[in-house]
Amino acid sequence: MSEETTVVRPFSAAAFDQYIAEHKLTAARCTKCGGMYVPPRAICPKCHSEAMEWVGTSGKGKLCAFTVILSGPTFMIEQGFDRKNPYISGIVELEEGARISARITGLDMSKPAEIKIGTPLNVDFVEFGDGEAKKTYLAFKAEDTV
Amino acid sequence: MPTSKSLARGVAMVGAGMSKFGAFAEKNTRDLFVEAFKEMKKTVDKGLDPSVIEALYIGNFSSDQFEHQAHIAPLLTDAIGLTPRPATRVEDACASGGVAIRQGVMAIASGMADVVLVGGAEKMTALNTAAVTEALATAADMPFEIPAGFTFPGFYAAMASAYMHQYGMKSEHLMNVAIKNHDNAALNPNAQFGVTIQKWMEGRIAAAVKKGKPAPTWSTIWDFLHDESGNPTVAWPLRLFDCSPVSDGAAAILLVAEERAHEFTDHPIHIIGSGQASDSALHDRPDLTTIPAAKIASAKAYEMAGVTAKDIRIAEVHDCFTIAEVIASEDLGFFAPGEGFKAAEDGMTARNGAKPINTSGGLKAKGHPVGASGVAHAVEVWKQMRGQADARQVEGDISLALTHNVGATGSTCVVHVYERRN
Repeated sequence: MSEETTVVRPFSAAAFDQYIAEHKLTAARCTKCGGMYVPPRAICPKCHSEAMEWVGTSGKGKLCAFTVILSGPTFMIEQGFDRKNPYISGIVELEEGARISARITGLDMSKPAEIKIGTPLNVDFVEFGDGEAKKTYLAFKAEDTV
Repeated sequence: MPTSKSLARGVAMVGAGMSKFGAFAEKNTRDLFVEAFKEMKKTVDKGLDPSVIEALYIGNFSSDQFEHQAHIAPLLTDAIGLTPRPATRVEDACASGGVAIRQGVMAIASGMADVVLVGGAEKMTALNTAAVTEALATAADMPFEIPAGFTFPGFYAAMASAYMHQYGMKSEHLMNVAIKNHDNAALNPNAQFGVTIQKWMEGRIAAAVKKGKPAPTWSTIWDFLHDESGNPTVAWPLRLFDCSPVSDGAAAILLVAEERAHEFTDHPIHIIGSGQASDSALHDRPDLTTIPAAKIASAKAYEMAGVTAKDIRIAEVHDCFTIAEVIASEDLGFFAPGEGFKAAEDGMTARNGAKPINTSGGLKAKGHPVGASGVAHAVEVWKQMRGQADARQVEGDISLALTHNVGATGSTCVVHVYERRN
């Protein structure tokens, strides 16, 4: 039985974002049933246990679904995206089984019909802004990009 | 998973009306709701003295964001002169209206009220497109989905990419759903875009010619729907005509205890099944080609009603995007998984098809004032079941109908089954 220490972060969005800013994709795992969740959960949806722990991930995954977005929200427009410069949002299944929403980079957006579900991906972290305003976004990059 | 319970006593719909859906600069949520209430009153066969209403449930997603007005339920209650009755706003994103219906059903079935007004209202067009898009995005999981850059068209487009991969559907197949819904809306005087795609295209050509510009070279609606200037991509593979619009509108239905229905009409529509379910974010679902909450909610509603998918004659389903209608038709058990897009292509979901879906024009062509949509579904069911749908009337006896209302990408779904007995 591990003791609670001040080092263990709460299983919260704020803690998850802190890990992302540190370029870590960290999951919450249920110590009772082994269920693994990213983004994190404080309570296991499978067995209702509250005994969660943080675990690292390999960062490897595959593409489950995607879209090329030409008309994005303000914070994406501010990063320079528009109809002529679209971006991909997708759902990635990690090697460990959990799934997450993320930006997808390294794919050819000019031919969306040729993008393959199942494409292998590696975790990437996209930064935007400086100093206090710097934000880190979770992304996954296609392997073997040109 | 607990089985569905049953209603302690019967619930009947005895009136149903809606405002026009569209963009109305001079109307706010209150004005729209008053309009819907007045329209509903006209449909109560034996007349309605509004003072008999005992409680109100109002579906509204975000008058807070759209109009900077929270706490909308007592305001709308006051606008129709019905304070001090208990008034409750129900919010479950785009399922707000359908969930409000469920609250009304439960209030009556429990014995807490005999006569309940269920309404839905949303005023969206006062904000610009970017602001509306951002307001709608708050229905998603803000910390864990939105940073990925997803928009609502984006979420459903991602579902479409998974569906296309699994079942071989092409994005063109989705156009059949939009064409059908516009054909239906052209016959619905309350529709925001009550015009067929053919007519819309002809209007675009005529407008270009009138302005002295070169006429677009579209010969058929397929040319038009494939052309980026006529039907621009919003979030691949979804294009403009795959997406429901931004709308203002309201709807209202009157629910009463079954034993008192005869005071209002000799032809009530009974609500015999109700089911609701929740779910987590899109990325948590193992299969992105289905909305699990819709399967659960419809199973519960069918069980309570004692009917199956085969028995349902018509349905109003939540086509926030064309792919949502395809998936709904499968989740509700009308077609096998992977067959929904073929059924739409074959005309099975048209007014004269085996399983008419969205005879109102759907959210796509009728409009989607978020909190009102779930209640407007019931208004169409009322009209169709009572033979009052005019030019878009489905033929024959409609004894069983269904409404399906979804919040966000399916983190809420609510389904009701309706029966006409006489």
